[in-house]
Amino acid sequence: MRYSIFSLARNALSRHRRWPRAWRSPEPKPEYDVVIVGGGGHGLAAAYYLAKLHGITRVAVLEKGWLGGGNTGRNTTIVRSNYLLEPNAHFYEHSLKLWEGLAHDLNYNVMFSQRAVVNLTHTDAQIDASRRRGNAMRLNGIDAEWLSLGEVQAMIPLLDCSPNARFPINGGLVQRRGGTARHDAVAWGFARGADARGVDIIQNCEVTGIRRDGARVVGVETTRGYIGAKKVGIAVAGNSSRLAAMAGIRLPMESHVLQAAVTEPLKPAIHTVVTSGAAHVYISQTDKGEILMGGSLDFYNSYAQRGNLPALEHVIQGAISLFPFLSRLRLMRTWGGVMDMTMDGSPILGKLPVEGLYIDGGWCYGGFKATPGAGWCHAWTIANDEPHPLNAAFRLDRFHRGEILDEKGAGASPQAH
Amino acid sequence: MMLITCPWCGPRAHVEFTYGGDATVARPAAPDAVTAEAWLDHVYLRDNPRGPHDEWWQHTSGCRSWIKVRRDTWTHRVHGSGPPEANLGGDEHR
Repeated sequence: MRYSIFSLARNALSRHRRWPRAWRSPEPKPEYDVVIVGGGGHGLAAAYYLAKLHGITRVAVLEKGWLGGGNTGRNTTIVRSNYLLEPNAHFYEHSLKLWEGLAHDLNYNVMFSQRAVVNLTHTDAQIDASRRRGNAMRLNGIDAEWLSLGEVQAMIPLLDCSPNARFPINGGLVQRRGGTARHDAVAWGFARGADARGVDIIQNCEVTGIRRDGARVVGVETTRGYIGAKKVGIAVAGNSSRLAAMAGIRLPMESHVLQAAVTEPLKPAIHTVVTSGAAHVYISQTDKGEILMGGSLDFYNSYAQRGNLPALEHVIQGAISLFPFLSRLRLMRTWGGVMDMTMDGSPILGKLPVEGLYIDGGWCYGGFKATPGAGWCHAWTIANDEPHPLNAAFRLDRFHRGEILDEKGAGASPQAH
Repeated sequence: MMLITCPWCGPRAHVEFTYGGDATVARPAAPDAVTAEAWLDHVYLRDNPRGPHDEWWQHTSGCRSWIKVRRDTWTHRVHGSGPPEANLGGDEHR
């Protein structure tokens, strides 16, 4: 069924009891052309674009839990393309352009809201770095604008711009086309679109092994039996190392827990996404009114989807230092997600050294905004058995070749990005 | 909060420590003699296990010693700790 004002009116008359299911729950077939491991936004997007753009519809998406229950449902929903290095800039800008047309493309409201992303600066050095990044973005055809302190204050009235702030603010870089989207809707929209084109979405089906015939992948062992596959795409960020290990591959990454939190809902107060590197915090207000905050990792290896209070306390201290009024709100919910933290802070999206095996992972803090772009590039890579120019730089062997993509210049570290 | 026992100071909250990563990663003994693959392995590649993990922690807010801790990355349970040369038992993730 196509969603529209007319379908809404028709279903309102039947008291919304006759909406059909948005996707099927089929039994797994013995074999597929492509199996995607991971039913989050990335995996579902890959399946959608495989079917839509490459005509490959004998595809299954295998999800160990429920759709979008991993990092797709645990992020802070920020979408932006404000990167310094060219490969990152072009990839994330492609993704941002897909976001701009996504609701129409999917016929599903992903509530993409281009409310702007402001990166605050607090020191002269940050101004220099920020302006340099803004200039690099503009040279790459991406919108960026430098804001003076007065302009920041006018745009974000409740922000503490006084010289008495914990980290006094002296300006900011804004990407006005950045913003937020409804994360669940992204998974559901891609799932519905993929299912309509013949993709089998199989939930509660955990992959436990990758079967090979010599140098070639031939299928996956799952908790629901063996499933044959000519090609297998891995989209399980957080657990990429474990899946790659099933194929005998070690990856340049560690898994770390990253926490986020929301306050009780309140009337519209913060109209943009606000980030501060100095305060280690990023903040926005959800459409339900909650103030949504995230910050840094807990900084120890973890596969637990929960963290410890000290890291959360640090995030909240940072948030209150920027917006003192937050101290009067109650915290409603906190949670954690598991990040693939790569050794250069950039993703790994391309072929693995086993024929027919591909990976979309290593997203560090930033996988959500990449969802459509990563699915698009992953699908292209699977269909053509070679990376698209947009994800060619995200190859796994860049670490061996010395072509690392270190956006921050932080060196080989899984924690600094 | 995780409770880590420093072999010199006793049980302390983990916020007194700074994390130092995988303790099974060893720098090549003869750096000039090893291959590019060995450097790749040392600098970038990690087992990244879900389960018991030997790791370095520095007691930065205490005696400032580096210690070795065996901790589960799936449950956050600390199984044991000791000085850097300690063998904390089991090396299943190697």
